[in-house]
Amino acid sequence: MRDITLGQFVAGNSVIHRLDPRTKIGMMILYIVMTFLVKDIWFMSIPFLYLVLELILSGISLRYILNSLKPIRFLLILMFLLNLFFTKGENVLFGIDLGFWKLTGEAVLQSFFLSIRIILLVAGASMLTLTTSPIALTDGLEKLLSPLKIFHFPAHELAMMMTIALRFVPTLMDESDKIRNAQMSRGADFESGNIFKRVKSMIPILIPLFVSSFRKADELAIAMESRCYHGGDGRTRMHQLKFRIDDLFAILITLAFVAALIVILVLF
Amino acid sequence: MSIVINHLTYAYTQGGKPLDPTLKDLSFTIEEGSFLGIIGHTGSGKSTFVKHLNGLLPCEKGTVVVDGHDLSQKSERKTVRSLVGMVFQYPEYQLFAETVFEDVAFGPRNMKLDESEVKSRVENAMALVGLDQERFSDRSPFELSGGERRRAAIAGVLAMHPKYLVLDEPMAGLDPLGRREILALLETLRTESGCTIIMISHSMDDIANHATKVLVLEKGSVLMYDTPQSVFSHSEELQRIGLSVPGITKICIELNRKGIMIPASICTEDEFLTWFREGRQHA
Amino acid sequence: MIRFDNVTFQYEKADTPALSDINLEIREGEFVAIVGHNGSGKSTLAKHVNGLLLPTQGGVTVCGMQTSNEDDILKIRQKVGQYIIASPAEITGNGAPYRQKVGMAFQNPDNQLVTTVVEEDVAFGPENLGVQPSEIRERVDEALASVGMTAFAQFAVHHLSGGQKQRIAIAGILALKPQILVLDEATAMLDPSGRSELLETVKKLHEEGMTVLMVTQYMEETTGCDRIIVMKGGKVVLDGSPADVFTHTDILTASNLIPPEPVIVRDALRTMGYTLSDRVLTAEQLAEELCPSL
Repeated sequence: MRDITLGQFVAGNSVIHRLDPRTKIGMMILYIVMTFLVKDIWFMSIPFLYLVLELILSGISLRYILNSLKPIRFLLILMFLLNLFFTKGENVLFGIDLGFWKLTGEAVLQSFFLSIRIILLVAGASMLTLTTSPIALTDGLEKLLSPLKIFHFPAHELAMMMTIALRFVPTLMDESDKIRNAQMSRGADFESGNIFKRVKSMIPILIPLFVSSFRKADELAIAMESRCYHGGDGRTRMHQLKFRIDDLFAILITLAFVAALIVILVLF
Repeated sequence: MSIVINHLTYAYTQGGKPLDPTLKDLSFTIEEGSFLGIIGHTGSGKSTFVKHLNGLLPCEKGTVVVDGHDLSQKSERKTVRSLVGMVFQYPEYQLFAETVFEDVAFGPRNMKLDESEVKSRVENAMALVGLDQERFSDRSPFELSGGERRRAAIAGVLAMHPKYLVLDEPMAGLDPLGRREILALLETLRTESGCTIIMISHSMDDIANHATKVLVLEKGSVLMYDTPQSVFSHSEELQRIGLSVPGITKICIELNRKGIMIPASICTEDEFLTWFREGRQHA
Repeated sequence: MIRFDNVTFQYEKADTPALSDINLEIREGEFVAIVGHNGSGKSTLAKHVNGLLLPTQGGVTVCGMQTSNEDDILKIRQKVGQYIIASPAEITGNGAPYRQKVGMAFQNPDNQLVTTVVEEDVAFGPENLGVQPSEIRERVDEALASVGMTAFAQFAVHHLSGGQKQRIAIAGILALKPQILVLDEATAMLDPSGRSELLETVKKLHEEGMTVLMVTQYMEETTGCDRIIVMKGGKVVLDGSPADVFTHTDILTASNLIPPEPVIVRDALRTMGYTLSDRVLTAEQLAEELCPSL
């Protein structure tokens, strides 16, 4: 429990790991565009190929990608079935025709197509969080969003909030553990009873946790002020994000995939 | 009756794999009515050990038997939790209810006592820790001062009428006056209600002055389990494992170094001054 | 270096002032301990030094700058260039100039570290000042070295012990290159080894020329200081060298403070007829003076 952080970063030193976080965010956006450009199940093989390439280069085990798909498995099944039922088509398969519903080839293809799109989307997003530390991701987002500051978009504030959240997740986990132990020692029962009873039994943990979070926020604000924090203006960073030649290659390769896809889509 | 610990071994797990054991083969008995001080370096297993005394951590290897209730039996946990009260570090962080009364009543209500009994226990516990009924009962625990909140939290444990009271650094962060109040409370509990006190503390002076037995844990094993006089006479060994000794013991060590033979068992101010008053005889 | 002139401070909801009519002068290079029971005003006093709190009456001057004067802050900001020469960016936050001069460490080590990775946290202060990246790197390495935490630069903050976290907090302050270090009960939540780690670090910084202001309730931590200020009910009741302050055990006791063990024993032995001087503050000194008479 203690080592849990947001995201599921797997430390490594592969080509993908070393890319600038901004590059990786850009790659992911282009990849998402690809999966949405494709309207036909067979052309899905192009973004799929791209994902496989990235996976191989990153040295991340396939297990992690499969794990990231676990939480959406019910959604996938549900969507598959709904499409099977509600997609209209002419081409009846296996003679299954119940009058009000028939199994059509179009429905099967459509169900597979949408499921694969979602799997590819989730797997692609996981590739980003698996190869980029949350801190790097935050820095990258801040930099990418900073041009929006002229429209008063709080890019720095958002990034600072994320940084602090990441810093305090393990601390608060620890704390909730301690409070839970303390209340259990006072005879609190978190394990039995129906759902309402269980939710109610969480109150003695949640309230102290809230109170403590507010106190932490207060103390942290004073400490930050004491260390001359005054918002993002005039702030520099020790670690500068730098584009390197690899980043250029990565972007070019991704663009080549997009271009190839567009050509194929236009031709066929 | 007593708490009997027999070959207790415990290892935390990480990612399904057990780590190096935090507790290694502990065997000893905590006598009823004693004041046990537990000392050890951070990471020596003190906190892990006390979590076994009321079944917060399961007995995987070895047994812990509290007044005949074996904690390896899951069904015994509930009984034992009302026998063994736990005051964790900074207990005021566990306060949650709208009023001090409600918070102190949380434990007794979980024990399914009837409301009149709950009320009398809460009043009793608040009086013990020196929180005035009239003034504090209906106030929010979050409005109290730091010392008052600490005492309210301790009252919440005392209201369960534990036979054994386990405290993890109960004086941490309090000023000298607050520390003295808590220590006085523990003495009262022990002498008047016969409550057994088990206290983890970094303050060797408090241990020397109050404990009847001292348990020294080092890397999960029992290094010493004896009277404070005997434990603190092994000052070199304690310092070797990174523990300090009582202030008086430090003075005795310096005097010894200067060639003055002062008995190694002296570890409190009273003993020290008595030795001087009685003409500095060898023990 | 720091001057309090007739400083009175009252919290908004309080009936009585937390500080009343404080006059103090702290000189450059001094190691001062401020002691007192909970609610004696010692932390409130410390928070005035870097302008986190502003006096209700009177004034606090730090390095010749008034913490309370808006006009002065603007003037100071122009002059401030000399110690933020590395920074091209303009400093905008209120009170930022003092805070660079006065580094402050707090009680709970967890609640003052901002980022997950040790070296990034140490960099937080200089980043706020707009220091150039290459210089931040130097400052971070230097600060980590002077608290003896170089090996932990890449560690995640939550894997450190309390004492280590507190030393990182101090490193984060040192990276601001302050002239005054204020420790607001920074040892209160640490175990004995964490506490002595921290005290060693602070002592070393003081020897290198840092002015240190240490708020604490542990009297045994103060015997190595140059000067002890004892507070009670928002007033200064004792102010002097440790030898001086510990002759007034009656005032200390009345202020709910407990003198270090050797001092208590010293006084008890004196009543039994032993001659011991006021210089006796530690076990070594006690043994040294006691020996000849035994």
